[in-house]
Amino acid sequence: MITDHLVVLQIIIPLMAAPLCVFIRNANVTWALATVISWICLAISITLMQQVMATGEIIYELGGWAAPWGIEYRVDMLNAWVLVIVTSIGAVVTPYAKLSAEKEIDNDRLYIFYAMLLLCETGLLGITVTGDAFNLFVFLEISALSTYVLISMGKDRRGLTAAYRYLIMGTLGATFYIVGVGLLYMQTGSLNIADLGNLIPDIADNRTVQAALAFMTVGLCVKLALFPLHMWLPNAYAFAPSVVTVFLAATATKVAVYALVRVIFTIFGGVDILEAVQISDVLIAMAIVAMFAGSAVAIYQTNIKRMLAYSSLAQIGYMILGLSMNSVLGVSAGLVHLFNHAMIKGGLFMVMGCVVYRIGSAKLDDMAGLGKQMPVTMGAFVLGGLSLIGVPLTVGFVSKWALLQAALEKGWWPIAVLIVISSLMAVIYIWRVIEVVYFQAAPAGRAAVKEAPLMMMIPMLTLIGAAYYFGIDGTTTMDIAGRAAEALIGGLK
Amino acid sequence: MKRADMRIMQHRVILRVISKFLIPFILLFGLYVQWHGDFGPGGGFQAGVIFAAAFILYALIFGVDKTRQAVPAWITRGGLAVGVLIYAGVGVATLFLGENFLDYNALAHDPIHGQHLGILLVELGVGVTVCCAMITIFIAFTGRGRK
Repeated sequence: MITDHLVVLQIIIPLMAAPLCVFIRNANVTWALATVISWICLAISITLMQQVMATGEIIYELGGWAAPWGIEYRVDMLNAWVLVIVTSIGAVVTPYAKLSAEKEIDNDRLYIFYAMLLLCETGLLGITVTGDAFNLFVFLEISALSTYVLISMGKDRRGLTAAYRYLIMGTLGATFYIVGVGLLYMQTGSLNIADLGNLIPDIADNRTVQAALAFMTVGLCVKLALFPLHMWLPNAYAFAPSVVTVFLAATATKVAVYALVRVIFTIFGGVDILEAVQISDVLIAMAIVAMFAGSAVAIYQTNIKRMLAYSSLAQIGYMILGLSMNSVLGVSAGLVHLFNHAMIKGGLFMVMGCVVYRIGSAKLDDMAGLGKQMPVTMGAFVLGGLSLIGVPLTVGFVSKWALLQAALEKGWWPIAVLIVISSLMAVIYIWRVIEVVYFQAAPAGRAAVKEAPLMMMIPMLTLIGAAYYFGIDGTTTMDIAGRAAEALIGGLK
Repeated sequence: MKRADMRIMQHRVILRVISKFLIPFILLFGLYVQWHGDFGPGGGFQAGVIFAAAFILYALIFGVDKTRQAVPAWITRGGLAVGVLIYAGVGVATLFLGENFLDYNALAHDPIHGQHLGILLVELGVGVTVCCAMITIFIAFTGRGRK
């Protein structure tokens, strides 16, 4: 039955569509193909989610070789959740991509753009779906290499240096990860994530195993851009074509967070590693610095894409803070923020994509007076901004409330206060934009600006709308994140 | 520029003659490593690089333009994509034959023959893509600034 193979179809459908794009070479046809494929991927991930909810973990042996010798794909609540996040963003981004990419990317290279977008989605889904630590590295590289190409495709030549810097940092991160996997393989003889989780408790005192943990954590923290390792991210997001920024901001760092969760709670799940080697203190400290430094730097940005990129750094801080609390509430707060932040940031970057489409700039000064000229787009920015701050009835509120509860459950009052203060810093940078956009007159020389085209507006409003739908009814998302967190923390006991 | 290159190379008789002599053998060795991969050391990655090395040697001695005449851009670009499609296609074929993705047992009546056939096809895909990627990367770097 086809339903038995959905796990692998999730990967190979976009994987095979990418080379097809290279043959088709027609921008419109490749766009249509990418859109159809991204919708198929969404349908598959939702079906997988339902299967997991109904019957529990799905295990798929590639090539019929049983684990731990063969590669297996293993989908539980957590993977299914991340799959849904990535594919739903993919499904909204591809329709949006058409006009935006035509404007910002050389038109004779558009087919490569769609091929790379599909490959990037393949890589991200692969990282999520695989149950093999080495296979995860392979998909990490597939997504990373296609990301470098995507970032450098814009007409802004600063994108080239941004992509190069990401290439160096990303390669370092991936190398650190694979060194860690190598050390684990040396000690256990296994690459299967679940199998490693069973083998490691016996040898957890081993120095090599602990070095492996250190390498993997640092490597993945580079990929997810935790504070002192984030230097590649702001320029990459600011100078990449707008669609690419939307896709990456909403998916790439989330999947890296997922990989870190797998390492900490599944590979090292049997030994409660956050307590055993006290890395949770380090992670919490870095997360809190990220929350403040990211927000503080965001306040001083003149390029709004760059501002949102720094805001992403702060939001990654919230996710890592939740995870390193090492409790069901904390982890579920971190996981629910993966989804919530994907929608908020995806929506906000889509707004910026519309602005760039109409005025060709993402600079704050150039956006003066846009509130009257692009009322819907700028309205979406305000709504997205409110959600980023964490106003009640928004998804931002749901995840920050969960995070506060988790902090209070631990009795960490100072951290709860810090969460609230750093959220308020978001008010400052969002307000700066609102002030310029609504209360300053349009520059005299600028020609009349029209509202964004419908084809870009609908995906944008979908994401912003979802940010409110799941903010008003947060039970579904919190329930899934809670069940995933229970399964992860349950592995500890 | 181009003519100057050729004038320099015309004096390097030994290089030109020896490389022309070697290139067929490099190609042959590449094919040997490719098809012998499932019995001994070798396989698609190594074979692809060796096969591409022949073209790169040709480009070093005779210039990028002549190499592009021998392997036009559409061949390397197509090869890049075809290799991936062969690999994934084998997997999809096993899906249609009722087994798991890349389970080569399904490819023939005898599972051992199936495994042989499967790995041979998959390695062919790898070889084609790796070879085309190496040539593309080399020409992309050396061909910079030309049009």
